[in-house]
Amino acid sequence: MQLYTRRVLINRLGIGLSMVAMAFGLMALMWILWTLFSKGFAALSWEFFSQDTPAPGSEGGGLRNAIVGSMMIIGVTTLVSTPIGILAGIYLAEFGRTSKFAAVTRFVTDIMLSAPSIVIGLFVYALMVATLGGFSGWAGSVALSLIAIPVVVRTTENMLRLVPATLREAAFAVGAPHWKVSISITLRAVKAGVVTGVLLAIARVTGETAPLLFTALNNQFFSTDMSQPMGNLPVVIYQFAMSPYDNWISLAWGGALLIALLVLAINIGARILFRQKDKL
Amino acid sequence: MPATSVQIVEEAALKVRNLDFYYGDFKGLNGINLDIARHKVTAFIGPSGCGKSTLLRTFNRMYDLYPGQRAEGEILFNGNNLLDRKQDVNMVRAKIGMVFQKPTPFPMTIYENIAFGVRLYERLSPSEMGARVEWALRKAALWDEVKDKLQQSGLSLSGGQQQRLCIARAVAVKPEVVLLDEPTSALDPISTAKVEELVDELKADYTIAIVTHNMQQAARISDYTAFMYLGDLIEFGKTDELFVQPKAKQTEDYITGRFG
Repeated sequence: MQLYTRRVLINRLGIGLSMVAMAFGLMALMWILWTLFSKGFAALSWEFFSQDTPAPGSEGGGLRNAIVGSMMIIGVTTLVSTPIGILAGIYLAEFGRTSKFAAVTRFVTDIMLSAPSIVIGLFVYALMVATLGGFSGWAGSVALSLIAIPVVVRTTENMLRLVPATLREAAFAVGAPHWKVSISITLRAVKAGVVTGVLLAIARVTGETAPLLFTALNNQFFSTDMSQPMGNLPVVIYQFAMSPYDNWISLAWGGALLIALLVLAINIGARILFRQKDKL
Repeated sequence: MPATSVQIVEEAALKVRNLDFYYGDFKGLNGINLDIARHKVTAFIGPSGCGKSTLLRTFNRMYDLYPGQRAEGEILFNGNNLLDRKQDVNMVRAKIGMVFQKPTPFPMTIYENIAFGVRLYERLSPSEMGARVEWALRKAALWDEVKDKLQQSGLSLSGGQQQRLCIARAVAVKPEVVLLDEPTSALDPISTAKVEELVDELKADYTIAIVTHNMQQAARISDYTAFMYLGDLIEFGKTDELFVQPKAKQTEDYITGRFG
């Protein structure tokens, strides 16, 4: 009986400690969200979305140029990294499998996954900005693509590997060629998971600052020309948050809240989508 | 003694000659010789690991998907050796269809499940395709149950319906041979009975080879039965004779339930 009581106590202690750990983690997240809301929510006005970043010393202003710039840079990133990432993932899971080339690709992808984003920013700076004569939105998209592609590659490959061998065999058994099996059957069977991977990659690059600092830089005027320096949320937040102007600081909080909400929305969307993966 | 002599059956759809099969270094089949009769049902029985599924999977070169697996010998189909390196594997699989142990509907609509295979080798107008889908589903005795929900996912059907969908899918491409690899082992008795009835009807148009763990099933639906053990073909003959008067001691022990 004494032994039993001891066990109950240890059990309670264990549960108690893990609750504390959970509360600690959750508190950090809530604290961040609370700070963002309390300092950033006031900035989210009509002007925030309709006006461009203000000049030093001038009143008011908004983040229109940065929001549009971010959307364009991330849009191009998505268009570039989705096909490359998915095709590479298909290669690894369906064709390369255990070949040497696939093993090397997998290894390089893993390194890219954990590469510091500032290194990727510097790399694209040396590759495109220094040689082609200037900062540009294109360079920003290339840098972000280099970060997004490995994420898409690995999630696509991992998803495809979950496809049961029986389904793959069944597709081959009707006489379908390999590429047709990969595209029409196996990829289709896991499309929700693959789209989730793409969404998570977008969420990942949405807040990246260092790569953009070296590539797209910033532009205080509204511009949709991807070959010119381009305003974008992370760099604007970085510059405005450390400025001496109250309206700039307020805009930086608003921008930070906007990014946080966007990433949150993408993550929730990805989860909802992933949960539906069993339905067609 | 394994029966290595060729058993002469009527007209043969498939002729297996001196077939050896290897999983890497392990030899899974030892010199198999037998004929699969056209428009008859040939059943393969034997304890787990005896090589009956392995043998079935050589008929449509399914083992090709896995590096390290290889077959030696001959499997003659319309005069061609299926094991020939130059043989177009996809064409073989279009002519020799397969249904698996677990139902494997494709992640698409019921209609598309049938049309997918047909589109690979034939160009049909929408109305012709509609007719082909109906024809295949009727062949699989599934039409009445799904005719109002052809646009629903194939995964929404019950297990037994899914398996009949897979049979319809195999039949839709108009193969000559249909291979059934334990098609009822994941099904309830009622679905099993339906599939068995189906096999009986299908043999009018197709040559059928079926692997089964269920000896009663083999006795009920097959014309010929092959008993295999440890990679050897022990006995092969007319089902009536093999079950009533088995020639080999091992066959007798197995069908009377003394081992296996």
